[in-house]
Amino acid sequence: MANDKETIVSLKDLEISFGSGKNKFVAVQDVNFDIFKGETFSLVGESGSGKTTIGRAILGINPTSNGTITFEGDQINGKISEKKKHTIERKIQMIFQDPSASLNDRATVDYIISEGLYNYGLFDSEEDRIQKVRTMLEEVGLLPEQLYRYPHEFSGGQRQRIGIARALIMQPDLVVADEPISALDVSIRAQVLNLLKKFQREQGVTYLFIAHDLSVVRFISDRIAVIRAGRILELAPTEELFTNPIHPYTEALLSAVPVPDPQIARTRKSYVYDPSMHHYETDKPKFVEIKPGHFVYCNEEEEARYIKELKQQGQL
Amino acid sequence: MSDEKEPILKIDDLSVHFHVRGKTLKAIHHVSMNLYEGEVLAIVGESGSGKSVLTKTFTGMLEENGEIAGGTIVYKGKHLEKLTKDKQWEGIRGKEIATIFQDPMTSLDPIRTIGSQIAEVVVKHQGKSKAEAKKIAIELMDRTGIPNAAARYNEYPFEYSGGMRQRIVIAVALACHPDILICDEPTTALDVTIQAQILDLIKDLQHEYGFTTIFITHDLGVVAAIADRIAVMYSGRIIEYGTCDEIFYDPRHPYTWSLLSSLPQLAQKGGELYSIPGTPPSLYKDIVGDAFAPRDPWAMKVDFKADPPFFKVSDTHYAKTWLLDPRAPKTEKPALIQNLHERMAATVAESHLENLDLTRTDAKEDETDGE
Repeated sequence: MANDKETIVSLKDLEISFGSGKNKFVAVQDVNFDIFKGETFSLVGESGSGKTTIGRAILGINPTSNGTITFEGDQINGKISEKKKHTIERKIQMIFQDPSASLNDRATVDYIISEGLYNYGLFDSEEDRIQKVRTMLEEVGLLPEQLYRYPHEFSGGQRQRIGIARALIMQPDLVVADEPISALDVSIRAQVLNLLKKFQREQGVTYLFIAHDLSVVRFISDRIAVIRAGRILELAPTEELFTNPIHPYTEALLSAVPVPDPQIARTRKSYVYDPSMHHYETDKPKFVEIKPGHFVYCNEEEEARYIKELKQQGQL
Repeated sequence: MSDEKEPILKIDDLSVHFHVRGKTLKAIHHVSMNLYEGEVLAIVGESGSGKSVLTKTFTGMLEENGEIAGGTIVYKGKHLEKLTKDKQWEGIRGKEIATIFQDPMTSLDPIRTIGSQIAEVVVKHQGKSKAEAKKIAIELMDRTGIPNAAARYNEYPFEYSGGMRQRIVIAVALACHPDILICDEPTTALDVTIQAQILDLIKDLQHEYGFTTIFITHDLGVVAAIADRIAVMYSGRIIEYGTCDEIFYDPRHPYTWSLLSSLPQLAQKGGELYSIPGTPPSLYKDIVGDAFAPRDPWAMKVDFKADPPFFKVSDTHYAKTWLLDPRAPKTEKPALIQNLHERMAATVAESHLENLDLTRTDAKEDETDGE
């Protein structure tokens, strides 16, 4: 895509399916995108669209049925050596949606945050380990005396901080954050988002942010891919996507986001997207770069129409 | 909405306590509130602020360890706080005051067909025959937007999507023609496009059936779309209430200011998102003064000593903050939420949506903003 940026993850013609034969269900198909080092790339879609499935495939949890996932130049899907897997599992970390479900209830915060360090022997001595954990705890805004407490003693926002600490202490290159703030209150949400941004500024970590809340996504992302029914329909830099959405589904999605302003909310109408508006029987669709960095899933007829419209608006 | 009108539901000085392992949790603290016929009252607050607990008292659905520690709830002349047995609640709960919850699967029986669950309610509350009930149930399914309702009558909840299930829960609630419909975060678990459809549906049905709605949510975007009036809750207290426009364009309580400031739409790209420092107070302890004071950058000494009363802003708008005391220093709302409408309009306009008319219909707000 852009040449000046270093690609950290690259997905090519990715297909993920579950079951086989008659029961085969293709959850995700024809997925192509690159994530650049140091950026926040968001995958936005409704439930069942396949956004989490893609995230899990990058983590190696879901097997892929076609295509490649390349991470830092190496293919990481399909058959890979145990050694390579071990390395990747440190470099790619995950933050989950529900912090109460993803933390071991019977382990102390100290153990939860240290677990990865133990698995990879990432400390020189016991003092070194404790020092690392304490520093991390402080970074995420928790107190040293909370180190030996259990997850249930914390609020939702604090638990999510523990989840972030556990992921980031591994000094990952890529963090897959799957709806990390959906379960949190508005004011706590802001704290967690600011924290994620802080780590990005300081450590240059790359985020794959999986979300459905477009107002939050707009604030945090550099680029956004819109996914529906297992296909990426549009991909563009954040402001470009919000200002000039091209695919009708993206427009429908944007129009449905509630605006916290009574006067606008009263007059606003949301579009309904009807997939049967596309005529893909003979003229097959492709993922086309319609403007530099702005990709849309469309067929030749639609592409011609989009280009004509963009020219009329003076954008091309 | 003015005070002269007789409220359909009148809550006066209500307190609710929970007994947890020998300790008392004061979930609702001296709350008074009126609900007027035909309106949509939104109750806004974060988790633990008491918004769900408050409305549970209207249908006698407090958990076993909870009790109404004081105050009154008067509905059509009946004192609901005095009802203790399920038998006494019959005829009110579900029939006159119905509730829709966040997760439709908590309200639906997974091993019974959708249709039979609606029909059951019709038989029980309207005394119809089974055949009539089926007909009414299909009509309701149709009305709540279930395509091909007659054919889907015999399907099970698992065969429905989340949005469809929530439509069914709404159909069940409406089967009794309730006076008051309590919607407890009904769209929180749904996708945005489905959320928009469900909100439209609730609005349409309200027009048609004429029920009064209490809408509980933490999403200010949803509130803006649906509410006539808003009550903001914090730590078991209502701290501000007013019309939808008053709360968005002329908020007076520092907590309301903070809540609005946290909206991601207001954040500068690449900057920090406004976040409220600290956490809400423990409700096991007695709170002295204004509950929000420890997190409030505008807190005055008095906020740590005395619980503020409600000060009147307009006939419809009241806020529980000492900042409105005539002796308090004049304090403007934070710059971030001044011109809220213009800022929001700008983000929407950038989104190249439809041709919105972005001029204010009510010019009065501009004057009260004090700019």
